[in-house]
Amino acid sequence: MKNNLTLLLLLCSGPLWANEWSGNIALEYKSFNQDGLSSSQFNQYGSVSVQPEWFHEWDNGKQSLSFVPFSRWDQHDEKRTHSDIRELSWLKVFDESELRVGVRKVFWGVAESQHLVDVINQTDLVESMDGEEKLGQPMINYALINDWGTVDFFVLPYFRERTFPSVNGRLRTPLHIDTDNAIYESSDKQNHVDYALRWSHSLGDWDIGLSHFNGTSRDPAISTTATLDNNGALSLRPIYYLMQQTGLDLQATKAAWLWKLEAINRRIKGESYIAATAGFEYTFYSIFESASDIGLVMEYLYDDRGTKALTPFEDDLMMGLRWTNNDENNSSLLFGVIADRNDSSRLYSIEGSRRIGESWKLNIEARLFEGVPSSDKFLYPFRQDSFAQVELAYYF
Amino acid sequence: MKGIILLFSLVAFSGAVFAETAEEKGLAIAVEADKRDQSWGDQATTSKMILRNSQGAESTREIRGKALEVKGDGDKSLIIFDTPRDIKGTAFLSFTHTLKADEQWLYLPALKRVKRISSSNKSGPFMGSEFSYEDISSQEVAKYKYKFIKDDKYNGRDVFVMERYPQYKKSGYTKQVAWIDKEMYQPLKIEFYDRKKSLLKTLTEHDYKKYLNKYWRPDRLEMVNHQTGKSTTLLWKSYKFKNGYKSRDFDRNSLKRAR
Repeated sequence: MKNNLTLLLLLCSGPLWANEWSGNIALEYKSFNQDGLSSSQFNQYGSVSVQPEWFHEWDNGKQSLSFVPFSRWDQHDEKRTHSDIRELSWLKVFDESELRVGVRKVFWGVAESQHLVDVINQTDLVESMDGEEKLGQPMINYALINDWGTVDFFVLPYFRERTFPSVNGRLRTPLHIDTDNAIYESSDKQNHVDYALRWSHSLGDWDIGLSHFNGTSRDPAISTTATLDNNGALSLRPIYYLMQQTGLDLQATKAAWLWKLEAINRRIKGESYIAATAGFEYTFYSIFESASDIGLVMEYLYDDRGTKALTPFEDDLMMGLRWTNNDENNSSLLFGVIADRNDSSRLYSIEGSRRIGESWKLNIEARLFEGVPSSDKFLYPFRQDSFAQVELAYYF
Repeated sequence: MKGIILLFSLVAFSGAVFAETAEEKGLAIAVEADKRDQSWGDQATTSKMILRNSQGAESTREIRGKALEVKGDGDKSLIIFDTPRDIKGTAFLSFTHTLKADEQWLYLPALKRVKRISSSNKSGPFMGSEFSYEDISSQEVAKYKYKFIKDDKYNGRDVFVMERYPQYKKSGYTKQVAWIDKEMYQPLKIEFYDRKKSLLKTLTEHDYKKYLNKYWRPDRLEMVNHQTGKSTTLLWKSYKFKNGYKSRDFDRNSLKRAR
C-alpha cells in the first residue's frame, strides 16, 4: 500500500513540470462592402474565439497527451457559433515507430493555393473560406520509420461533416446548405470506416510523399434540387460519396527556388479524374540591404473535368507576393490573386500579421471577388461578398 | 654533444615555425580548436534571447535546442520556440553541411505542417535578432579560409588574432576577425565585415565554463550591430551533454512532435 502511494506521488509530482496550459483568445471583426444577395445577411459580423491547449508528457517524453478544444461565438451566424475538439490524442513513441490514438489534425502537401493531396481532415468552412481551418478527425495512426522513409497507416472510424454558414451568414450559396440532413453513399453514413496510407521521404533536395485514401470524400457534392430543412426553409443538401484517391506531393528545394507539385487521381461516382497544382516559390533574401525578404509564388491549378469540376479552380493561375520583414514583431504580408484562364473571374487576397508586445498578435485579411461571370457557378454566388477583417489575438 | 643536438633541434623547430605561412598558422589554430571540441556527442540547451532595438526597447525569446554531432560533416540540430507565445511550439530542424547547402525544415504547429525551407538566407536574421542563420549554424573548419594576424592580449588573456573568410555560398560576410583564447581555443570576440567590407557587427562571448572536463561553453553572447544600433543578448541557461540522442531524434517525425 505504501509502495502504491509512493508510486502515485511519483506519478503526480514527477512529470508535473510537463503539465502545461497555453492557447489563445481572439476578437474578430469582419466587414462586407456590399449588401448580401439575401436580406437575411448582415454587413458587419463580430466574433470571439478561444482555443486553449493542454499538454502533458511522461515516460521521458516518449508518451504524451494533448487536448485542444475550440469554441467560437459569432454575432449573427448561428452555424459559425460552434465548438470542436481540434485535438484529444495520446502519443507513444517507439524506437522505429510512433502510435497516435484520438482526435487529431494531419497535413499533407506542399502547395500554397489549394491542398489537393490533404484529405484526412474535414474543412471547417465557417472558420475560413480558404479551407485552411480543419475539424478534428478521430483516428488511429501508426507510423513506421525506416531508412527509406516513413510509412503512415491510418484508420479513420468516424466521418466529420463540413460546416457551412447559416441563413444569416455570408459567403454562402443563395439557398443555404442543410447540414442537418446530409446524404451519404454509404449506408454506414458517418460510421463508415476510412483507411489511408502514406509514404514520405526526404532525399537530398527532394521531399516526396505518396498517399492513398479509401473512404468517404471530405468534399461534398451539393444537391441540385431544393428541399426543406428542419425549420421548413428551402435549402440544398450536401452529398458525401465514397472515393479512392491516390496522391503525389513533391518539392525540390534548389537554393532560393522551391519547385512544387501536387497531383491526385480521384475515383468517385464511377468516374476517374486527375487534378494537379504545380508551381514555384522564389525568394529574394535581404532586399535592398535590409533584413526583409520578398517571395514570389506562382502556381497553376488544374482539374481535367474542366467546367464540370466541383471546384472553381479547374484551369487557373495563382500569383502571390510574400513580404517578410524579419523584425522582432515578425511582420509579414501576403498578396495573392487566383485568375481563371478562361473567363474574367479574379479572386484577390491580402493577409498580414504582426506581433504586438510579447503576447498579442494582429491579423488582417481581405478578399475581393472581381469580374465573376454568371457561368462560374462556384464563385458567382459570392460576387457581392468581398470583405475585410481584423483579428486581435491574445496568447497565454 | 647533447647541447649540440638540442641546439640543432631548436634551429629545426624554429625553422619550421618561420616556414609556416600566416594562412597555415591560421588553419592550424582552427584545426586545433576543432580537435579540442570533438566527440561531445550530443547536447541539450535552454536559452533566452533579448533583442534590443536602437531605442533600447527589449523583447525576449525562449528557446530549447538539441544538437547531435555528425563526424566529418556539419551537425544536426532541432530548435523549439517557447516564447513569444504566438509562435510557441514552432520548431526548426537543420542538417548543416560544410560546403553543400544545409537542409532545413520548419514545423508550424497551428497548421500541423512541416515545410522544407530554403537554406539560402544564411545572412538573414534568426528570429528577428542580430544573429544570422550562419552565425548560429555549426562551425566547421572547411567553411572558411584562415589567416593568422598576431599574438595579442584581450581582457588580460593571451589570444591569437586571426581572420577567416567564408567559403560557403550566400554568406553575408567578406571577413571575420576572431580573438581566440590560447587556453580554451574558443573565441572571445569576433568582428563581422559585410559584403562591402565595412564593419557590421561585433560578437563578444562571456563567462566560459568547462563541461565534461573538456568542452568550453560561454554563458552569455553579446552581438552588437554597428550599422543599425540594434543588439541581441543570448543567455545560455543550461547545457546538458550525454543525452543519448540518435539521428532518429532529428528527423521530420521528431520535428512534428517537438514541444
